[in-house]
Amino acid sequence: MNAPAYNFAYLNEQTKRMIRRAILKAIAVPGYQVPFASREMPMPYGWGTGGVQVTAAVLTPEDTLKVIDQGADDTTNAVSIRKFFVKTSGVATTEKTEEATVIQTRHRIPETPLTEDQILVFQVPIPEPLRFLEPRETETRTMHALEEYGVMHVKLYEDIAHYGEIATTYAYPAKVADRYVFDPSPIPKFDNPKLDDCAALQLFGAGREKRIYAVPPYTKVQSLDFEDHPFEVQRWQEPCALCGSRDSFLDEIVMDDKGTRMFVCSDTDFCAKTRGER
Amino acid sequence: MSVLLTAENVSKFYGTRAGCREVSFELWPGEVLAIVGESGSGKTTLLRCLSGHIPASSGTIRYTMRDGRAAALDEMSEAERRLLMRTDWGFVHQDARDGLRMGVSAGANVGERMMAVGERHYGRIRSTATDWLKRVEIPEDRIDDSPWGYSGGMRQRLQIARNLVTSPRLVFMDEPTGGLDVSVQARLLDLIRGLVKRLGLAAIVVTHDLAVARLLSSRMMVMQKGQVIEQGLTDQILEDPQAPYTQLLVSSVLQV
Repeated sequence: MNAPAYNFAYLNEQTKRMIRRAILKAIAVPGYQVPFASREMPMPYGWGTGGVQVTAAVLTPEDTLKVIDQGADDTTNAVSIRKFFVKTSGVATTEKTEEATVIQTRHRIPETPLTEDQILVFQVPIPEPLRFLEPRETETRTMHALEEYGVMHVKLYEDIAHYGEIATTYAYPAKVADRYVFDPSPIPKFDNPKLDDCAALQLFGAGREKRIYAVPPYTKVQSLDFEDHPFEVQRWQEPCALCGSRDSFLDEIVMDDKGTRMFVCSDTDFCAKTRGER
Repeated sequence: MSVLLTAENVSKFYGTRAGCREVSFELWPGEVLAIVGESGSGKTTLLRCLSGHIPASSGTIRYTMRDGRAAALDEMSEAERRLLMRTDWGFVHQDARDGLRMGVSAGANVGERMMAVGERHYGRIRSTATDWLKRVEIPEDRIDDSPWGYSGGMRQRLQIARNLVTSPRLVFMDEPTGGLDVSVQARLLDLIRGLVKRLGLAAIVVTHDLAVARLLSSRMMVMQKGQVIEQGLTDQILEDPQAPYTQLLVSSVLQV
């Protein structure tokens, strides 16, 4: 047999070790952003280089990998990353949430409840929830250290003042284990309640920003809100047009140029399972 | 009643050059102290030392906390100092853009300190903000506007409201009327004077404008080349300046 063209899962062992150390620290301090020496990956920033590095570091040959992008297994980003790991690690892949041991995701948490045997890896573009309110990194670090999170509510206040409700619909800030406020990556706020007390280990990787953070299994995650404007998730008037589910996150699909629209599950695997098509 | 703030031999050196040197004074609750002097005389450096924005090179600054304990600024933890800055203290910058959060509405600017100390009820934040805007004479219907759309005078008044919402006991002001035209200045001074009196605030006001010092302060310090050359009651100093430099300052005020 020829010498393998790649080390298992692309990254060399020393790099994986470095990333695993960052992950261990992240798990030990839930919600804290651990800096790590992010590597150049053979894909552009914004395609999930952070998530890919985390996945590469936690992957073992026995794992079964699932990759989703906006809930779907068959979109460009998901297909590319899945192919990347098939080529560089040879692990088995699946589209079925319950069969996967490692799930890398962009913008969604699967509808099927996760278990203790699973790891969910998020791709994060901007890990710092305070960034848009405070541009200085030295200052945001101090604010995290001293738990000065009042300014997060300024953002929510602005929403209510201008729109009458908290209009933030994705990357909705939440507090982990009563300590750190974190950005759960651009998942819809519909998915925020799934972060709370989740059985699976949730890891977040930001490649360009060189940060890793984590929500350990069964950890309290509380979305920020006001007493008189409590946190709420999105609701839809109609069920999924394909499977009829009323409690999954729906995508609006424009069907023609006459205003016809269709609402379907964004989680394609969940939708297929509900229809009994798999 | 006890002293609110004590400065003992406060000096600040930038390399070998002194920003201010050997400044000592006491500030009592409800008292307004003006620090006057020309540009470069060390007024702002002193104010920044006193308010904990930069550490003094030597000397001690003690502040009497609400529980009556006198704490030295440089012995406080950073957390304590920052809490003090957003509850018991206010800082009014010369340029309102430095003191305001320009990206968010006026209401959010006023509400920020409340949220910073743990207020989590939108309705209460909103009504307090409305109330404060009224007190600084900003029309209620401008509450959701960005400060970018405000005039210079309005921005300055908004900055004052934002600072006073947590009922601080001490407010630092760095040229609060600088850069405003005279009629707006007069109105703002009137407003500050009223608020200071009504709320029993202590204030340290840095200004190069003797008229501002006369209107607002009961006591004043004259600085030159980083040193305090004269201090005493405002009226006394302005009527009967002793130091040659103070005489020069007083005589160079334009009479209309």
